[in-house]
Amino acid sequence: MAGKKIVCRCNDVTVEEVEALIDSGITDIEELKRLLRIGMGPCQGRTCIPIVLGILARKTGKKQEDILLPKARVPTRPVRVEVIVGGADE
Amino acid sequence: MSKIAVIGGGIIGVATAYELAKLGEEVILLEKNYFGSGSTFRCATGIRAQFTDEANIRLMKHSVERWEKLEEELESDIVFRQTGYLFLATSEEEVEAFKANIKLQNKFGVPTRLIDMDEAKEIAPILNTEPFLAGAWNPKDGKANPFKTLFAYLFRAKGLGVDAREHTEVVGFEREGNAITTVKFRYNGRIERVRVDAVLNAANAWAPLINEMAGLKRNLVPITAYKHQLVKTEPLEPGQAEPLICPPSWNDAYIIQDGEDGGIICGAGIEHKARSLNDVEPTYDFLRGVLDYAVRIAPPLRYAHIVRQWAGFYAKTPDSNPAMGKLLDNFYIAAGFSGHGFMMAPAVAQAMAELISKGRSKVPLDWEWYDPYRFERGELRTSAFQIG
Ligand SMILES: Cc1cc2nc3c(=O)[nH]c(=O)nc-3n(C[C@H](O)[C@H](O)[C@H](O)COP(=O)(O)OP(=O)(O)OC[C@H]3O[C@@H](n4cnc5c(N)ncnc54)[C@H](O)[C@@H]3O)c2cc1C
Ligand code: FES
Repeated sequence: MAGKKIVCRCNDVTVEEVEALIDSGITDIEELKRLLRIGMGPCQGRTCIPIVLGILARKTGKKQEDILLPKARVPTRPVRVEVIVGGADE
Repeated sequence: MSKIAVIGGGIIGVATAYELAKLGEEVILLEKNYFGSGSTFRCATGIRAQFTDEANIRLMKHSVERWEKLEEELESDIVFRQTGYLFLATSEEEVEAFKANIKLQNKFGVPTRLIDMDEAKEIAPILNTEPFLAGAWNPKDGKANPFKTLFAYLFRAKGLGVDAREHTEVVGFEREGNAITTVKFRYNGRIERVRVDAVLNAANAWAPLINEMAGLKRNLVPITAYKHQLVKTEPLEPGQAEPLICPPSWNDAYIIQDGEDGGIICGAGIEHKARSLNDVEPTYDFLRGVLDYAVRIAPPLRYAHIVRQWAGFYAKTPDSNPAMGKLLDNFYIAAGFSGHGFMMAPAVAQAMAELISKGRSKVPLDWEWYDPYRFERGELRTSAFQIG
């Protein structure tokens, strides 16, 4: 779509959506994550979280280093179920 | 108008704050971390009226009726879907037990019925029917998005004037006789005080600490924090495993497809007593154990990728039923929800708000059954059927 600025490629979230939520008073990254599903895609936020931190810092006037990162979830890379339960032919 | 402090910004605290505001009360809602950070944002999203005792069936029947109207009431899409719960029996004895439960549920208007494996396969194409004899199927059970539900309640609560504060930790009370007069809380390193007419302890796994601050025995309501975990796969085609599917005899293992992104959420009753009230580290034995069950329920899951695993607390009482009611003249509790606090929230919030504000409630909630003083008297209820 022309003109649509994507911050999260995994879950198709735009800059506008992030900014609108921050404007509505949601400034906690854990809350932004859950309402927009940023950081919840297969890449676990490697692409989007740094961008969202930047937007948050700009809009709230906080330093980026002062904003806590959302909790990362294991596994850090997607793993096929059969690798864990056995029976994989790899 | 009274001033009421609600402690705990999980689904129970937030929804009750909203219901209290609706009744015209002045509410301050205090959450020590971010909203939803306790058990609520870790839950498996499931909502069901298939319980095995009258109190929980009647409460959940009412709760599901509230869920059906919640999107309209809160004016927000909370992704509530009635995709059903399918319990699967692996033995003749279990089929008989299912029949007895179904009879009880039907008596209170819950439309569960016994189905064969052909019908089960139609409902969930991904299912391996081979190990199972029959299913207990209630198409009115379902799921909703916990993040959106909590925020839908929160936005409406704020709209009604609730003073909702996060990163604000309750640290103590002042008490005169059998009444709490003041709540002390810490925000930004500073201690502040607020005078109140009533207090609700909705701190779930942390509720015993709040009781202790109120001068009660910590174990008056014995709640244990068990670590319960979930594993989620990458998105699959919607419709593969929409209902929650669970063979209870397989350690309460279950799968349920996320109503939004299509990932399959896998859970099981493999529990660890948490080392502390901060211990939410996922464990490998859980991952291994839950996936063994999941691929036996739905073999194609073998080829899916796991994208995440997380843990939260089942705040469990000795009989797995929550404690709800009055502890002191103006000090109330609604905590210890084990695996059912999300689904019960609409009914519990309404009941607690009415109790606090009016002294009684229209909700079919059996106060005696959930009496918080039952443990002290050495009474236990029949254990609430536990799974998601
Ligand atoms: C993995 C998992 C799967 C689950 N699946 C389901 C399911 O499918 N369906 C279902 O219905 N339920 C499920 N549950 C259970 C459900 O999540 C809980 O019962 C429900 O979220 C409880 O809500 P709550 O508001 O009582 O507690 P919580 O969400 O735990 O909220 C309590 C809050 O109190 C705050 N708090 C504590 N101490 C203080 C203090 N001193 N000052 C201020 N705030 C404080 C905490 O930070 C916390 O946010 C599941 C739970 C887990 C862990
Ligand atoms: S880009 Fe947001 S989770 Fe991958």
